[in-house]
Amino acid sequence: MKARLFIIGVLFLGALFATVPRAVLAQGLVADLSRHEVNITTGFVGTDVLLFGAVETEGDVIVVVRGPNKRTVVRHKSRVGGIWINDSEVSFANAPTFYRVASSRPVADLLKRADRTRHRIGLNNLRLRPERASDPKRLASFRAGLIRNKVRSGVYGEKPGRVALLGPHLFRSTLHFPANVPTGTYLVEVYLVRNGSVISAQTTPLRVAKAGLGAEIYQFAHRNSALYGIIAILIALLAGWLAGVVFRKV
Amino acid sequence: MQIYLPIAEISLNVFLLLGMGGGVGFLSGLFGVGGGFLMTPLLIFAGVSPAVAVASEANQVVAASVSGVLAHTRRGNVDFKMGGVLLMGGLVGSGFGVWLYSILRAMGQLDLVISLSYVLFLGTIGTLMLIESVRASLRRRNPSAPRRKLHQHTWFHGLPFKVRFRKSKLYISILLPLGIGFFVGILSAIMGVGGGFVMVPAMIYLLGMPTMMVVGTSLFQIIFVTANVTFLQAVNNQTVDVMLALTLLAGGVVGAQFGSRFAGRLPAEHLRALLALVVLAVGVKMILGLVIEPTDLFSLDVGAAL
Repeated sequence: MKARLFIIGVLFLGALFATVPRAVLAQGLVADLSRHEVNITTGFVGTDVLLFGAVETEGDVIVVVRGPNKRTVVRHKSRVGGIWINDSEVSFANAPTFYRVASSRPVADLLKRADRTRHRIGLNNLRLRPERASDPKRLASFRAGLIRNKVRSGVYGEKPGRVALLGPHLFRSTLHFPANVPTGTYLVEVYLVRNGSVISAQTTPLRVAKAGLGAEIYQFAHRNSALYGIIAILIALLAGWLAGVVFRKV
Repeated sequence: MQIYLPIAEISLNVFLLLGMGGGVGFLSGLFGVGGGFLMTPLLIFAGVSPAVAVASEANQVVAASVSGVLAHTRRGNVDFKMGGVLLMGGLVGSGFGVWLYSILRAMGQLDLVISLSYVLFLGTIGTLMLIESVRASLRRRNPSAPRRKLHQHTWFHGLPFKVRFRKSKLYISILLPLGIGFFVGILSAIMGVGGGFVMVPAMIYLLGMPTMMVVGTSLFQIIFVTANVTFLQAVNNQTVDVMLALTLLAGGVVGAQFGSRFAGRLPAEHLRALLALVVLAVGVKMILGLVIEPTDLFSLDVGAAL
Protein backbone atom coordinates (compact mmCIF):
# COMPACT_ATOMS: atom_id res chain seq x y z
CA MET A 1 0.00 0.00 0.00
CA LYS A 2 2.72 2.41 1.04
CA ALA A 3 4.78 1.51 -1.96
CA ARG A 4 1.80 2.13 -4.27
CA LEU A 5 1.11 5.51 -2.75
CA PHE A 6 4.75 6.35 -3.14
CA ILE A 7 4.62 5.46 -6.80
CA ILE A 8 1.52 7.58 -7.29
CA GLY A 9 3.33 10.40 -5.54
CA VAL A 10 6.29 9.93 -7.77
CA LEU A 11 4.06 10.04 -10.84
CA PHE A 12 2.40 13.14 -9.45
CA LEU A 13 5.79 14.75 -9.33
CA GLY A 14 6.55 13.40 -12.78
CA ALA A 15 8.48 16.31 -14.23
CA LEU A 16 10.66 16.41 -11.19
CA PHE A 17 12.37 13.12 -11.89
CA ALA A 18 13.79 14.22 -15.16
CA THR A 19 15.93 16.74 -13.32
CA VAL A 20 16.73 15.15 -9.98
CA PRO A 21 19.67 12.77 -9.89
CA ARG A 22 19.12 9.28 -8.53
CA ALA A 23 21.54 9.88 -5.65
CA VAL A 24 19.12 12.30 -4.07
CA LEU A 25 16.31 9.78 -4.10
CA ALA A 26 18.56 7.28 -2.44
CA GLN A 27 18.63 9.59 0.58
CA GLY A 28 14.89 9.24 0.85
CA LEU A 29 13.94 12.84 0.14
CA VAL A 30 13.08 14.68 -3.02
CA ALA A 31 11.66 18.18 -3.32
CA ASP A 32 11.25 20.86 -5.90
CA LEU A 33 9.68 24.29 -6.41
CA SER A 34 6.82 25.14 -8.73
CA ARG A 35 9.29 27.55 -10.33
CA HIS A 36 12.91 28.47 -9.84
CA GLU A 37 12.63 32.11 -10.66
CA VAL A 38 10.75 34.97 -9.06
CA ASN A 39 10.53 37.92 -11.40
CA ILE A 40 10.03 41.34 -9.92
CA THR A 41 8.11 43.18 -12.60
CA THR A 42 6.59 46.66 -12.51
CA GLY A 43 3.34 45.44 -10.96
CA PHE A 44 5.02 43.10 -8.43
CA VAL A 45 3.15 42.84 -5.12
CA GLY A 46 4.81 39.74 -3.73
CA THR A 47 4.29 36.16 -4.78
CA ASP A 48 3.93 32.57 -3.60
CA VAL A 49 6.11 29.70 -4.74
CA LEU A 50 4.89 26.17 -4.15
CA LEU A 51 7.37 23.73 -2.63
CA PHE A 52 6.46 20.09 -2.97
CA GLY A 53 8.18 16.80 -2.52
CA ALA A 54 8.16 13.21 -1.39
CA VAL A 55 9.87 11.28 1.37
CA GLU A 56 10.60 7.59 1.32
CA THR A 57 10.09 7.02 5.01
CA GLU A 58 7.71 8.75 7.36
CA GLY A 59 9.06 11.82 9.15
CA ASP A 60 8.74 15.53 9.64
CA VAL A 61 9.86 18.15 7.20
CA ILE A 62 11.57 21.50 7.89
CA VAL A 63 12.00 24.04 5.11
CA VAL A 64 14.47 26.94 5.37
CA VAL A 65 14.54 29.73 2.79
CA ARG A 66 17.73 31.80 2.80
CA GLY A 67 18.39 34.92 0.74
CA PRO A 68 21.91 35.88 -0.33
CA ASN A 69 24.18 37.23 2.41
CA LYS A 70 24.99 40.90 2.47
CA ARG A 71 27.05 43.26 4.57
CA THR A 72 24.61 45.02 6.89
CA VAL A 73 25.27 47.95 9.18
CA VAL A 74 23.23 48.16 12.39
CA ARG A 75 23.11 51.55 14.08
CA HIS A 76 22.04 52.38 17.59
CA LYS A 77 20.40 55.65 18.62
CA SER A 78 20.68 57.35 21.95
CA ARG A 79 19.49 60.64 23.31
CA VAL A 80 21.94 63.52 23.00
CA GLY A 81 20.76 66.95 24.09
CA GLY A 82 17.10 65.99 23.74
CA ILE A 83 17.26 64.46 20.26
CA TRP A 84 17.87 60.89 19.14
CA ILE A 85 21.17 60.45 17.32
CA ASN A 86 22.96 57.41 15.89
CA ASP A 87 25.85 56.99 18.30
CA SER A 88 27.34 53.61 17.55
CA GLU A 89 27.25 50.93 14.88
CA VAL A 90 28.17 47.30 14.26
CA SER A 91 28.68 45.88 10.76
CA PHE A 92 27.76 42.28 10.11
CA ALA A 93 29.62 40.87 7.13
CA ASN A 94 27.14 38.17 6.19
CA ALA A 95 23.57 38.84 7.25
CA PRO A 96 21.06 36.93 5.09
CA THR A 97 18.85 39.37 3.20
CA PHE A 98 15.91 36.98 3.59
CA TYR A 99 15.22 34.19 6.04
CA ARG A 100 12.18 32.08 6.67
CA VAL A 101 11.43 28.71 8.25
CA ALA A 102 8.45 26.43 7.72
CA SER A 103 7.87 23.03 9.31
CA SER A 104 5.29 20.30 9.70
CA ARG A 105 5.49 20.59 13.50
CA PRO A 106 7.12 23.23 15.77
CA VAL A 107 10.87 23.02 15.15
CA ALA A 108 11.63 22.98 18.86
CA ASP A 109 9.69 19.70 19.15
CA LEU A 110 11.54 18.15 16.22
CA LEU A 111 15.20 18.98 16.77
CA LYS A 112 17.53 19.41 19.70
CA ARG A 113 19.11 22.80 20.23
CA ALA A 114 22.52 21.58 19.07
CA ASP A 115 21.08 20.36 15.77
CA ARG A 116 19.17 23.57 15.22
CA THR A 117 22.39 25.50 15.78
CA ARG A 118 24.37 23.24 13.46
CA HIS A 119 21.86 23.58 10.62
CA ARG A 120 21.20 27.25 11.42
CA ILE A 121 17.48 26.69 11.75
CA GLY A 122 15.56 29.46 13.48
CA LEU A 123 16.25 33.19 13.88
CA ASN A 124 18.26 32.58 17.06
CA ASN A 125 20.64 30.31 15.19
CA LEU A 126 21.61 32.60 12.33
CA ARG A 127 25.37 32.93 12.10
CA LEU A 128 25.96 36.67 11.94
CA ARG A 129 29.66 37.51 11.84
CA PRO A 130 30.55 40.99 13.09
CA GLU A 131 33.37 42.64 11.14
CA ARG A 132 35.10 43.77 14.31
CA ALA A 133 35.23 41.95 17.62
CA SER A 134 33.43 43.63 20.48
CA ASP A 135 31.88 43.01 23.84
CA PRO A 136 29.62 39.92 23.44
CA LYS A 137 26.75 41.58 25.29
CA ARG A 138 26.89 44.60 22.99
CA LEU A 139 27.08 42.36 19.90
CA ALA A 140 24.07 40.38 21.10
CA SER A 141 21.95 43.52 21.41
CA PHE A 142 22.96 44.69 17.90
CA ARG A 143 22.24 41.23 16.57
CA ALA A 144 18.80 41.27 18.15
CA GLY A 145 18.27 44.74 16.69
CA LEU A 146 19.11 43.50 13.20
CA ILE A 147 16.70 40.58 13.45
CA ARG A 148 13.93 42.77 14.88
CA ASN A 149 14.27 45.25 12.00
CA LYS A 150 14.27 42.48 9.40
CA VAL A 151 11.19 40.87 10.95
CA ARG A 152 9.41 44.20 10.96
CA SER A 153 10.11 44.78 7.26
CA GLY A 154 8.86 41.26 6.52
CA VAL A 155 12.04 39.70 5.13
CA TYR A 156 12.66 37.52 8.18
CA GLY A 157 9.89 35.22 9.31
CA GLU A 158 9.18 35.43 13.01
CA LYS A 159 6.57 32.69 13.05
CA PRO A 160 7.40 29.47 11.25
CA GLY A 161 5.23 28.68 8.22
CA ARG A 162 3.40 25.43 7.67
CA VAL A 163 4.54 22.38 5.81
CA ALA A 164 1.52 20.20 5.07
CA LEU A 165 2.08 16.45 5.10
CA LEU A 166 -0.21 14.77 2.56
CA GLY A 167 -0.25 11.21 3.72
CA PRO A 168 2.93 9.55 4.85
CA HIS A 169 5.05 10.36 1.79
CA LEU A 170 4.08 13.63 0.21
CA PHE A 171 4.45 17.15 1.51
CA ARG A 172 3.86 20.65 0.30
CA SER A 173 4.36 24.18 1.53
CA THR A 174 3.63 27.62 0.17
CA LEU A 175 6.64 29.92 0.35
CA HIS A 176 5.63 33.56 0.44
CA PHE A 177 7.86 36.31 -0.91
CA PRO A 178 6.70 39.85 -0.02
CA ALA A 179 6.82 42.87 -2.34
CA ASN A 180 10.10 44.06 -0.84
CA VAL A 181 11.87 40.71 -1.40
CA PRO A 182 15.61 41.31 -1.93
CA THR A 183 17.11 40.12 -5.21
CA GLY A 184 19.74 37.42 -5.64
CA THR A 185 20.14 33.67 -5.54
CA TYR A 186 18.20 32.02 -2.73
CA LEU A 187 18.67 28.56 -1.28
CA VAL A 188 15.66 26.54 -0.25
CA GLU A 189 16.80 23.85 2.18
CA VAL A 190 14.54 20.91 2.92
CA TYR A 191 15.31 18.71 5.95
CA LEU A 192 13.75 15.34 6.67
CA VAL A 193 13.67 14.79 10.42
CA ARG A 194 12.94 11.61 12.31
CA ASN A 195 13.39 10.74 16.00
CA GLY A 196 15.01 14.09 16.76
CA SER A 197 17.67 14.04 14.08
CA VAL A 198 18.10 15.10 10.47
CA ILE A 199 18.22 11.99 8.33
CA SER A 200 18.22 13.65 4.94
CA ALA A 201 18.50 17.09 3.39
CA GLN A 202 18.22 18.68 0.00
CA THR A 203 18.95 22.18 -1.29
CA THR A 204 17.21 23.82 -4.25
CA PRO A 205 18.22 27.19 -5.67
CA LEU A 206 15.73 29.95 -6.41
CA ARG A 207 16.59 33.09 -8.31
CA VAL A 208 14.88 36.37 -7.41
CA ALA A 209 15.53 39.00 -10.03
CA LYS A 210 14.12 42.22 -11.33
CA ALA A 211 12.53 41.74 -14.72
CA GLY A 212 11.18 43.85 -17.53
CA LEU A 213 11.40 47.63 -17.54
CA GLY A 214 12.38 47.88 -13.87
CA ALA A 215 15.36 45.58 -14.36
CA GLU A 216 16.56 47.56 -17.36
CA ILE A 217 16.25 50.86 -15.51
CA TYR A 218 18.15 49.48 -12.52
CA GLN A 219 20.96 48.01 -14.60
CA PHE A 220 21.23 51.13 -16.71
CA ALA A 221 21.39 53.32 -13.58
CA HIS A 222 24.25 51.26 -12.20
CA ARG A 223 26.22 50.55 -15.37
CA ASN A 224 25.95 53.88 -17.18
CA SER A 225 25.21 56.14 -14.26
CA ALA A 226 26.36 59.35 -16.00
CA LEU A 227 24.22 58.69 -19.06
CA TYR A 228 21.34 57.70 -16.78
CA GLY A 229 21.63 61.02 -14.98
CA ILE A 230 21.59 62.95 -18.24
CA ILE A 231 18.58 61.03 -19.54
CA ALA A 232 16.75 61.55 -16.23
CA ILE A 233 17.30 65.30 -16.63
CA LEU A 234 16.21 65.30 -20.28
CA ILE A 235 13.03 63.38 -19.43
CA ALA A 236 12.27 65.88 -16.67
CA LEU A 237 12.92 68.86 -18.97
CA LEU A 238 10.69 67.38 -21.65
CA ALA A 239 7.93 66.49 -19.19
CA GLY A 240 8.03 69.96 -17.66
CA TRP A 241 7.93 71.65 -21.05
CA LEU A 242 5.08 69.41 -22.18
CA ALA A 243 3.08 70.14 -19.03
CA GLY A 244 3.63 73.86 -19.55
CA VAL A 245 2.48 73.73 -23.16
CA VAL A 246 -0.52 71.48 -22.55
CA PHE A 247 -1.91 73.52 -19.69
CA ARG A 248 -1.40 76.87 -21.39
CA LYS A 249 -4.06 75.90 -23.90
CA VAL A 250 -6.52 74.51 -21.37
CA MET B 1 -2.59 49.22 -8.13
CA GLN B 2 1.02 48.78 -7.04
CA ILE B 3 4.00 50.03 -8.97
CA TYR B 4 7.51 48.67 -8.36
CA LEU B 5 10.09 51.43 -8.15
CA PRO B 6 13.30 49.92 -9.53
CA ILE B 7 15.80 52.17 -7.71
CA ALA B 8 13.90 52.63 -4.45
CA GLU B 9 13.34 48.84 -4.58
CA ILE B 10 9.87 48.94 -3.06
CA SER B 11 6.33 48.69 -4.39
CA LEU B 12 4.04 51.62 -3.71
CA ASN B 13 0.46 52.28 -4.65
CA VAL B 14 0.32 54.27 -7.87
CA PHE B 15 -2.67 56.28 -6.65
CA LEU B 16 -0.87 57.14 -3.42
CA LEU B 17 2.03 58.55 -5.44
CA LEU B 18 -0.26 60.40 -7.84
CA GLY B 19 -2.21 61.74 -4.87
CA MET B 20 0.96 62.93 -3.14
CA GLY B 21 2.11 64.53 -6.39
CA GLY B 22 -1.31 66.13 -6.86
CA GLY B 23 -1.58 67.39 -3.29
CA VAL B 24 1.89 68.88 -3.20
CA GLY B 25 1.38 70.19 -6.75
CA PHE B 26 -1.82 71.91 -5.62
CA LEU B 27 0.03 73.63 -2.78
CA SER B 28 2.91 74.60 -5.04
CA GLY B 29 0.51 76.07 -7.59
CA LEU B 30 -1.34 77.84 -4.78
CA PHE B 31 1.72 79.34 -3.13
CA GLY B 32 4.18 79.46 -6.02
CA VAL B 33 6.75 77.24 -4.32
CA GLY B 34 8.48 74.12 -5.64
CA GLY B 35 7.03 71.86 -2.98
CA GLY B 36 10.20 69.80 -2.57
CA PHE B 37 10.25 70.61 1.14
CA LEU B 38 6.87 68.85 1.47
CA MET B 39 7.43 66.01 -0.97
CA THR B 40 10.75 64.72 0.36
CA PRO B 41 9.41 64.21 3.93
CA LEU B 42 6.23 62.65 2.51
CA LEU B 43 8.26 60.17 0.45
CA ILE B 44 10.36 59.22 3.46
CA PHE B 45 7.14 58.80 5.43
CA ALA B 46 5.76 56.52 2.68
CA GLY B 47 8.76 54.22 3.07
CA VAL B 48 11.19 55.45 0.41
CA SER B 49 14.73 55.63 1.79
CA PRO B 50 15.91 59.21 2.42
CA ALA B 51 18.74 58.75 -0.08
CA VAL B 52 16.36 57.88 -2.94
CA ALA B 53 13.73 60.41 -1.84
CA VAL B 54 16.16 63.33 -1.89
CA ALA B 55 17.74 62.43 -5.24
CA SER B 56 14.48 61.57 -7.06
CA GLU B 57 12.75 64.65 -5.72
CA ALA B 58 15.54 66.80 -7.18
CA ASN B 59 14.75 65.19 -10.54
CA GLN B 60 11.06 65.99 -10.15
CA VAL B 61 11.77 69.60 -9.23
CA VAL B 62 13.64 69.99 -12.56
CA ALA B 63 10.42 69.25 -14.42
CA ALA B 64 8.19 71.32 -12.14
CA SER B 65 10.49 74.34 -12.46
CA VAL B 66 10.60 74.14 -16.26
CA SER B 67 6.84 74.53 -16.58
CA GLY B 68 6.94 77.37 -14.04
CA VAL B 69 9.73 79.22 -15.81
CA LEU B 70 7.92 78.97 -19.17
CA ALA B 71 4.97 80.82 -17.70
CA HIS B 72 7.17 83.49 -16.07
CA THR B 73 9.33 84.02 -19.18
CA ARG B 74 6.22 84.75 -21.21
CA ARG B 75 5.40 87.51 -18.75
CA GLY B 76 9.01 88.79 -18.86
CA ASN B 77 9.53 88.09 -15.16
CA VAL B 78 12.93 86.38 -15.38
CA ASP B 79 16.21 88.25 -14.81
CA PHE B 80 18.55 85.94 -16.71
CA LYS B 81 21.70 87.78 -15.68
CA MET B 82 20.90 87.55 -11.99
CA GLY B 83 19.72 83.96 -12.52
CA GLY B 84 23.05 83.16 -14.19
CA VAL B 85 25.10 84.53 -11.28
CA LEU B 86 22.97 82.71 -8.67
CA LEU B 87 23.35 79.62 -10.82
CA MET B 88 27.17 79.79 -10.82
CA GLY B 89 27.11 79.83 -7.04
CA GLY B 90 24.42 77.14 -7.06
CA LEU B 91 26.38 74.70 -9.23
CA VAL B 92 29.45 74.88 -6.99
CA GLY B 93 27.25 74.68 -3.89
CA SER B 94 25.27 71.67 -5.08
CA GLY B 95 28.47 69.87 -6.07
CA PHE B 96 29.81 70.49 -2.58
CA GLY B 97 26.45 69.41 -1.12
CA VAL B 98 26.42 66.05 -2.96
CA TRP B 99 29.96 65.40 -1.73
CA LEU B 100 28.91 66.24 1.83
CA TYR B 101 25.87 63.99 1.36
CA SER B 102 28.01 60.93 0.51
CA ILE B 103 30.23 61.51 3.52
CA LEU B 104 27.32 61.95 5.92
CA ARG B 105 25.69 58.83 4.52
CA ALA B 106 28.82 56.76 5.14
CA MET B 107 28.99 58.17 8.68
CA GLY B 108 25.38 57.19 9.35
CA GLN B 109 24.42 60.78 10.16
CA LEU B 110 22.62 61.65 6.90
CA ASP B 111 19.07 61.26 8.26
CA LEU B 112 19.92 63.39 11.25
CA VAL B 113 21.39 66.20 9.13
CA ILE B 114 18.41 66.10 6.75
CA SER B 115 15.97 66.33 9.68
CA LEU B 116 17.94 69.07 11.43
CA SER B 117 18.17 71.11 8.21
CA TYR B 118 14.41 70.84 7.79
CA VAL B 119 13.73 71.85 11.37
CA LEU B 120 16.13 74.78 11.21
CA PHE B 121 15.04 76.22 7.86
CA LEU B 122 11.36 75.43 7.92
CA GLY B 123 11.10 76.65 11.51
CA THR B 124 12.89 79.92 10.83
CA ILE B 125 11.25 80.70 7.52
CA GLY B 126 7.80 79.60 8.62
CA THR B 127 7.97 81.82 11.69
CA LEU B 128 9.28 84.84 9.75
CA MET B 129 6.62 84.42 7.08
CA LEU B 130 3.85 84.10 9.63
CA ILE B 131 4.95 87.27 11.43
CA GLU B 132 5.31 89.13 8.14
CA SER B 133 1.91 88.10 6.81
CA VAL B 134 0.12 88.92 10.07
CA ARG B 135 1.77 92.36 9.99
CA ALA B 136 0.77 92.86 6.36
CA SER B 137 -2.79 91.90 7.25
CA LEU B 138 -2.86 94.42 10.08
CA ARG B 139 -1.37 97.11 7.84
CA ARG B 140 -4.10 96.57 5.32
CA ARG B 141 -6.71 97.23 7.97
CA ASN B 142 -4.79 100.23 9.23
CA PRO B 143 -3.27 101.95 6.18
CA SER B 144 -1.94 104.91 8.19
CA ALA B 145 0.77 102.73 9.86
CA PRO B 146 4.31 103.58 8.68
CA ARG B 147 5.54 101.60 5.68
CA ARG B 148 8.81 99.75 5.50
CA LYS B 149 11.60 101.44 3.59
CA LEU B 150 11.80 100.15 0.02
CA HIS B 151 15.55 99.84 -0.02
CA GLN B 152 17.70 99.54 3.06
CA HIS B 153 21.46 99.87 2.97
CA THR B 154 23.44 97.33 4.96
CA TRP B 155 27.05 96.17 5.09
CA PHE B 156 26.29 93.97 2.03
CA HIS B 157 26.41 97.07 -0.09
CA GLY B 158 30.02 97.74 0.89
CA LEU B 159 31.27 94.52 -0.73
CA PRO B 160 33.56 94.81 -3.80
CA PHE B 161 33.01 93.59 -7.42
CA LYS B 162 29.83 95.54 -8.03
CA VAL B 163 27.78 94.61 -11.08
CA ARG B 164 24.71 96.22 -12.59
CA PHE B 165 21.58 94.06 -13.01
CA ARG B 166 19.40 96.16 -15.30
CA LYS B 167 16.27 94.05 -15.21
CA SER B 168 16.17 93.97 -11.43
CA LYS B 169 17.31 97.63 -11.22
CA LEU B 170 20.16 96.71 -8.87
CA TYR B 171 23.83 97.68 -8.57
CA ILE B 172 25.30 95.26 -6.04
CA SER B 173 28.38 93.16 -5.36
CA ILE B 174 28.44 89.95 -7.37
CA LEU B 175 29.66 88.14 -4.22
CA LEU B 176 26.22 88.44 -2.65
CA PRO B 177 24.19 86.46 -5.25
CA LEU B 178 27.13 84.05 -5.67
CA GLY B 179 27.12 83.35 -1.94
CA ILE B 180 23.35 82.94 -1.77
CA GLY B 181 23.45 80.60 -4.77
CA PHE B 182 26.22 78.53 -3.18
CA PHE B 183 24.39 78.22 0.12
CA VAL B 184 21.05 77.27 -1.46
CA GLY B 185 22.91 74.78 -3.70
CA ILE B 186 24.15 72.92 -0.62
CA LEU B 187 20.63 72.82 0.83
CA SER B 188 19.29 71.61 -2.49
CA ALA B 189 21.61 68.60 -2.50
CA ILE B 190 21.13 67.65 1.15
CA MET B 191 17.42 68.36 1.57
CA GLY B 192 16.21 67.33 -1.90
CA VAL B 193 14.52 70.66 -2.47
CA GLY B 194 14.72 73.33 -5.14
CA GLY B 195 15.47 75.78 -2.38
CA GLY B 196 12.89 78.33 -3.50
CA PHE B 197 11.67 78.76 0.06
CA VAL B 198 15.15 80.00 1.05
CA MET B 199 16.04 81.64 -2.26
CA VAL B 200 12.89 83.76 -2.59
CA PRO B 201 13.15 85.48 0.82
CA ALA B 202 16.92 85.90 0.30
CA MET B 203 16.34 87.60 -3.06
CA ILE B 204 13.71 89.92 -1.64
CA TYR B 205 15.28 90.83 1.67
CA LEU B 206 19.04 90.44 1.03
CA LEU B 207 19.35 91.36 -2.64
CA GLY B 208 16.39 93.75 -2.68
CA MET B 209 15.10 92.43 -6.01
CA PRO B 210 11.65 93.50 -7.21
CA THR B 211 9.13 90.88 -5.97
CA MET B 212 7.75 90.46 -9.49
CA MET B 213 11.12 89.19 -10.76
CA VAL B 214 11.88 86.94 -7.82
CA VAL B 215 9.84 83.78 -8.44
CA GLY B 216 10.66 83.43 -12.16
CA THR B 217 14.37 84.09 -11.62
CA SER B 218 14.50 81.71 -8.68
CA LEU B 219 12.79 78.97 -10.72
CA PHE B 220 15.15 79.59 -13.64
CA GLN B 221 18.26 78.88 -11.62
CA ILE B 222 16.56 76.04 -9.70
CA ILE B 223 16.20 74.11 -12.99
CA PHE B 224 19.94 73.99 -13.41
CA VAL B 225 20.86 73.46 -9.79
CA THR B 226 18.44 70.53 -9.40
CA ALA B 227 19.58 69.14 -12.78
CA ASN B 228 23.13 69.25 -11.41
CA VAL B 229 22.01 67.52 -8.20
CA THR B 230 20.19 64.86 -10.25
CA PHE B 231 23.29 64.20 -12.33
CA LEU B 232 25.72 64.08 -9.40
CA GLN B 233 23.39 61.88 -7.31
CA ALA B 234 22.95 59.52 -10.29
CA VAL B 235 26.71 59.23 -10.75
CA ASN B 236 27.84 59.11 -7.11
CA ASN B 237 25.00 57.32 -5.34
CA GLN B 238 22.76 55.77 -8.07
CA THR B 239 19.74 56.93 -6.10
CA VAL B 240 17.68 58.73 -8.78
CA ASP B 241 14.45 56.81 -9.41
CA VAL B 242 13.07 58.01 -12.75
CA MET B 243 9.89 55.99 -12.33
CA LEU B 244 9.19 57.64 -8.97
CA ALA B 245 9.96 61.14 -10.27
CA LEU B 246 7.71 60.70 -13.31
CA THR B 247 4.78 59.35 -11.31
CA LEU B 248 4.96 62.23 -8.84
CA LEU B 249 5.28 64.65 -11.73
CA ALA B 250 2.15 63.35 -13.45
CA GLY B 251 0.12 64.08 -10.31
CA GLY B 252 2.03 67.30 -9.69
CA VAL B 253 1.31 69.11 -12.96
CA VAL B 254 -2.42 68.53 -12.64
CA GLY B 255 -2.46 69.60 -8.98
CA ALA B 256 -0.43 72.72 -9.74
CA GLN B 257 -3.00 73.88 -12.31
CA PHE B 258 -5.84 73.61 -9.82
CA GLY B 259 -3.70 75.28 -7.19
CA SER B 260 -2.81 78.29 -9.31
CA ARG B 261 -6.45 78.80 -10.27
CA PHE B 262 -7.49 78.61 -6.64
CA ALA B 263 -4.75 81.07 -5.67
CA GLY B 264 -6.50 83.98 -7.42
CA ARG B 265 -9.43 83.75 -5.01
CA LEU B 266 -7.46 84.36 -1.82
CA PRO B 267 -5.72 87.58 -0.68
CA ALA B 268 -1.91 87.39 -0.85
CA GLU B 269 -1.42 87.85 2.92
CA HIS B 270 -3.78 84.98 3.68
CA LEU B 271 -1.93 82.80 1.16
CA ARG B 272 1.39 83.59 2.80
CA ALA B 273 0.00 82.95 6.29
CA LEU B 274 -1.37 79.60 5.11
CA LEU B 275 1.95 78.65 3.53
CA ALA B 276 3.71 79.67 6.74
CA LEU B 277 1.45 77.32 8.69
CA VAL B 278 2.12 74.44 6.27
CA VAL B 279 5.88 75.08 6.51
CA LEU B 280 5.72 75.19 10.31
CA ALA B 281 3.65 71.99 10.42
CA VAL B 282 6.31 70.10 8.46
CA GLY B 283 8.97 71.60 10.75
CA VAL B 284 7.09 70.48 13.86
CA LYS B 285 6.61 66.99 12.40
CA MET B 286 10.38 66.80 11.89
CA ILE B 287 11.08 67.99 15.43
CA LEU B 288 8.77 65.31 16.82
CA GLY B 289 10.64 62.71 14.77
CA LEU B 290 13.88 63.79 16.41
CA VAL B 291 12.60 64.19 19.94
CA ILE B 292 10.19 61.27 20.40
CA GLU B 293 11.88 58.06 21.40
CA PRO B 294 11.96 55.77 18.31
CA THR B 295 10.09 52.46 18.60
CA ASP B 296 13.35 50.65 17.89
CA LEU B 297 16.66 52.19 18.89
CA PHE B 298 18.39 50.03 16.29
CA SER B 299 18.15 50.69 12.56
CA LEU B 300 19.66 49.05 9.50
CA ASP B 301 21.69 50.36 6.59
CA VAL B 302 22.13 47.70 3.95
CA GLY B 303 23.44 49.87 1.14
CA ALA B 304 26.13 51.60 3.20
CA ALA B 305 29.48 51.97 1.53
CA LEU B 306 32.65 50.76 3.24
